[in-house]
Amino acid sequence: MAKSFKEILSSGEFVITSEIGPPKGTNVEKMVHHIELLKDKVHGLNVTDNQSSVMRLSSLAACHIIKDNGGEPILQMTCRDRNRMALQSDLISAYVLGIHNVLCLSGDHIYLGDHKGAKQVFDLDSVQLIAAVKGLEQGKDLGGNALDGAVEFCVGATATPEADRMDAQLLKFRKKVKVGAEFFQTQAVYDMEKLKAFMEYAMQFEVKILAGILVLISPGMAKYLNANVAGVTVPQELIDEMTGVEKGKALQKGIEIAARQIKQIKEEKICPGVHIMAIGKEEIVPEILAMAGL
Amino acid sequence: MIVAEQKPIQEIKTMMAKYQKILVVGCGTCVTVCMAGGEKEVGIIASCLRMALKLEGKEPEIIEGCIQRQCEWEFIDELKEKVEGVEAVLSSACGVGVQALAERVGNKPVYPALNTTFMGMPKEHGLWVENCRGCGNCGLGKFGGICPIARCSKELLNGPCGGSQNGKCEVNKEMDCGWQLIYERLNVLGQLDQIEDIILPEDWSTDRDKGQRRILREDVKI
Repeated sequence: MAKSFKEILSSGEFVITSEIGPPKGTNVEKMVHHIELLKDKVHGLNVTDNQSSVMRLSSLAACHIIKDNGGEPILQMTCRDRNRMALQSDLISAYVLGIHNVLCLSGDHIYLGDHKGAKQVFDLDSVQLIAAVKGLEQGKDLGGNALDGAVEFCVGATATPEADRMDAQLLKFRKKVKVGAEFFQTQAVYDMEKLKAFMEYAMQFEVKILAGILVLISPGMAKYLNANVAGVTVPQELIDEMTGVEKGKALQKGIEIAARQIKQIKEEKICPGVHIMAIGKEEIVPEILAMAGL
Repeated sequence: MIVAEQKPIQEIKTMMAKYQKILVVGCGTCVTVCMAGGEKEVGIIASCLRMALKLEGKEPEIIEGCIQRQCEWEFIDELKEKVEGVEAVLSSACGVGVQALAERVGNKPVYPALNTTFMGMPKEHGLWVENCRGCGNCGLGKFGGICPIARCSKELLNGPCGGSQNGKCEVNKEMDCGWQLIYERLNVLGQLDQIEDIILPEDWSTDRDKGQRRILREDVKI
């Protein structure tokens, strides 16, 4: 039997995870194609949870499909759409469906998505959600009630190595470690020096940090990230590199940049692994990996 | 104080169009201070309503009034005669005042002229901000006097989310990140250790979640 994600994390192997975006609707054809393409090339496949506050097929259902197709799913769970009852219920449900990895996040604000008038929840925050998972592992729910059958997860969280106000972010990071996060998948990083600085701090803790690699697909995307996405900064030289190619070649350049970064992270041992995000273009991930020599 | 703002006159007009005799009544407390529904604003709302209805060929009689507090029976009772003479009341008090008035006058419909928005304060002239959500379990002592429930757009209790940038919130670049403010304030106070420990999930049973909240004090009951 293939190793579980938890075993991979402690094996010393360079860890590779990627991401699957569930469809908005019932047509899972493209998603299944991406799963088939990636499942044997990465150690874990995250499924986003109503990413960017856009309503989609649930992370739980998509993780189940990954499992059915022989992949190792990582269930992303945000605190935005469900209260503590629903979150715990979904965690138990995920476990019985064979989903044994979970990534706990706060979640984007509802106002950033496609249901701006919806009521957001945030009954728990990401730290409390991690603690809730650990509680379920001990056979107890947040109400203090005993479970008939506990869960056992590999629990992850997120971090933002390029945040501009690092002190407050590190407080949150420490708390996530303290409550039991075993691995981190970071927000997209483009500046390797900032990633190294973050890792210097993070190394004191017994957690595995997978560097977030967000593939640039156009110069416009780079500018959009800089203007609109908190904690992500694409340096000018990368924007110039993306702009400098002839028309129609930007995606290829983005693939090259991603592969280069992964290679550097691995060779210089900056992080023990990477998390590759190719939002909507998951089919390019095998090429990135090949180019990075993985 | 309770901060409110006036509803669009079109909405007010639609609510009041069927009446021939209307009392517009203001409140002399919070909504006077936030310049939304005091005596002066009652005059403006009544004039706008007259003009809006006149454009539709209607000329109802609109009477104006203002009492010190619309959330207390003794002040509402001053309006008794005025209310008896009209078909409907348009209240420019907060939602508490509108409901108190509706309950007290009983047989007359009462309509809101304002949208009651939050508990807050004027931060600068013309700018009001929300500072308290009335959760019923004040934790300000722990957070350096800055409330994460009212001032973090996700009500997070254990630190900022990844959407905090340049000290601002991901929802709106004009809005301060509540958690950045908390962190900086506790740093100045030398009290960062207060938030280093895990803050457990909030007990929302003191919030709205057990229905209408009430406080019963035997010591002050008559």
